[in-house]
Amino acid sequence: MTILVLAETDQNGLTSGTRSTLACAREIGGEIDVLICGADCEAVAAEAADIPGIRRVYVADAPHLATVIAENVAPVVEGLAGGYSHVLAAASSQGKGILPRVAARLGVQPISEISAVIDPQTFIRPIYAGNAMATVRSSEPTQVITVRTTSFEPVMESGGSATVEAIDAGPDSGLVRFIAAKLTGGEGPDLTTAKVVVSGGRGVGSAENFQLVERVAARLGAAVGASRAAVDAGYIPNDHQVGQSGKIVAPDVYIAVGISGAIQHWAGMKDAKVIAAINNDPEAPIFQMADYGLVADLMEALGEIDEALSQNNVAIPDSA
Amino acid sequence: MKVLVGVKRVVDAYVKIRVRSDGSGVDTANTKMAMNPFDEVAVEAAVRLKEAAVADEVLVVSIGPESAQEQLRTAIAMGADRAMLATAEASIEPLAVAQTLAAICEREKPDLVLLGKQAIDDDCNQTGQMLAALRGCAQATAASALNITADAIEVTREIDGGLEELALTRPAVVTVDLRLHDPRYPKLPAIMKAKKQPIESIELSELGVDARQRLTVLEVTEPPARAPGTRVASVSELLEKLKAPLGGAA
Repeated sequence: MTILVLAETDQNGLTSGTRSTLACAREIGGEIDVLICGADCEAVAAEAADIPGIRRVYVADAPHLATVIAENVAPVVEGLAGGYSHVLAAASSQGKGILPRVAARLGVQPISEISAVIDPQTFIRPIYAGNAMATVRSSEPTQVITVRTTSFEPVMESGGSATVEAIDAGPDSGLVRFIAAKLTGGEGPDLTTAKVVVSGGRGVGSAENFQLVERVAARLGAAVGASRAAVDAGYIPNDHQVGQSGKIVAPDVYIAVGISGAIQHWAGMKDAKVIAAINNDPEAPIFQMADYGLVADLMEALGEIDEALSQNNVAIPDSA
Repeated sequence: MKVLVGVKRVVDAYVKIRVRSDGSGVDTANTKMAMNPFDEVAVEAAVRLKEAAVADEVLVVSIGPESAQEQLRTAIAMGADRAMLATAEASIEPLAVAQTLAAICEREKPDLVLLGKQAIDDDCNQTGQMLAALRGCAQATAASALNITADAIEVTREIDGGLEELALTRPAVVTVDLRLHDPRYPKLPAIMKAKKQPIESIELSELGVDARQRLTVLEVTEPPARAPGTRVASVSELLEKLKAPLGGAA
C-alpha cells in the first residue's frame, strides 16, 4: 500500500482535519506520502516532515496555488496519483471540491466521507443523512477517498524525518479567477474540533438573542453551532451550520438550544458523546435524541446558565 | 445562454428511512419519492436565469429509473423548457452519472450546468466536480449566490471558513447549496401542461457509458442506537449532569 494524503493548511499550518486524515491513512497501512500545494509553504512542509510515519513530503509551491482553486490543485494531485493505491483528503470543502475531480480524470469512482476502515479496500460511510451506514468495497486501482475527520483522532506526534521534495506546480488553468474570500474568523475554538459545542436554532428568535448563545459558549470555551433555520434567518453566518449540508461535529458535549431536531441537523451532531437539549416545546424531536432534556423558556434558561457559569467558573476543557 | 440542469429522484427528505433487516440496503419500496432538494434549488436558479433573459433554454436531465419522469415533469412545471431521461438502474454511481452528463453536454453544448451539491440519499457530493473534470471546465461547488450575465459567471460559494467569490470561464459547472433560492411551487395549470410534454429518452449504451458498479455495497446497517435520555427539571440539574462530561467540577 502506498498512500498519498493531500494536505490542507490554514494560518496555523496543517489543519486538524489533515492530521485526522493521516490517522485514517495509518489505519489503512503502508507508506504514507503527503502533498502540499500552496505558495510559500516552507514552514508547513517542515511541519509535515516532522510527523512520524511519513515517508516523503511533496511540495508544489507557486503563486497561482496561493488560493485553493480545485482546477489548479487537481492536476498536481492527478500527476502523482497514478503511483499510489490510495489518495486521501479530509472531507472539508476543499477536499470535497478537489478529490472527485482527480477521481474522474483517473476514471475511478471515489468514496466520500469514510468513517471507518475495515481493510485497505473496504470502508464504512454514512448515507441518508447518517440514518444508515454502508460498508463498501472498492477494487479500483487507485482509491480516491475523503475522510470524515471527526471519526479519526488527529495525529499529533512530532519527531519524524520525512524527506521534502519540490515538484512541478503546473500552470494556472486559467479557468477560474479568485475574486475574494469573506472569512468569518472570530474567537473561540474551531467548530469541527471543539470539545464542547453550543448550538442555537430558530427558537432562539433573533440575532440579538443569539448573542446569549455565543456568550454561554464563550464561558464554556465552546464553539458556536447553528441549525439551518438559524443561519437562514440571519442569526449567524453559514459556516456555523451543523448538519447534513453543513459541518459534521462530534464533541464531548453538544448543547442544542431552540433546535427542533430535524433529520438533517441530527446528521451533523449525532456522534457527540453527550447531547443536551433545551427547548420550550416538550414534543420537539430533539428530546428523542438528547441524553439530557430540559423543557424551559430558552432565554430564561440561557440567562440562568450564563449566571451560574459566571459564579461557578466551570472548568473549561481544552479545545485542541 | 443554454443551461442544463441535472435532477435526481430520491426518497423524500422528510421520510424516516428503514434499513432492511438483512443488511441489503435501504427499503425504498412504497416510500414517498421526490426531487432531490438541492436539485430543486438548481432548477429554480435556471428558471430565474430564463426569466431574467440570461438563459434562452433550460434543459433538464435525469439519469435513473423510468419513474424519474415524475421529477422531470415537476421541473418542467417549474419552468424548464425540455426534459431528457437517460434510463438506468436506480443505483447508478456518480462517475457513470458524470460520464452520462458529459456525453449529453457533448451533444447539447450548454454554457452552464447547474446541479445540486449533493444527493440526500448517497450523500456523495461528487457528480458536479466529476462532470467539470471530464469536460475540462471550471467548477464552483456549494453556490449560495449567483451573478450571471451574458458575459460572466460569478459565484459566491460556501466554504469552511465563510464565503468565497469566484469568476468562472464558460462553459462551467455550478453545484448549488440550499441557501441559493427558495424553489417555487409549480402551479396547477403548469403541472397539467407538463404532463403532456414529451420527454426525450436516451440509452446509456447509445452514449457509450459503461454503468457497471465500481463499488460493491457489502452491507447497510442501522447506525448504533443511542441510549434513551432523561428529562431534567431545572438549569441547575442540567449543569450538574453536564459537569462531568464538560471535563471538570465547578
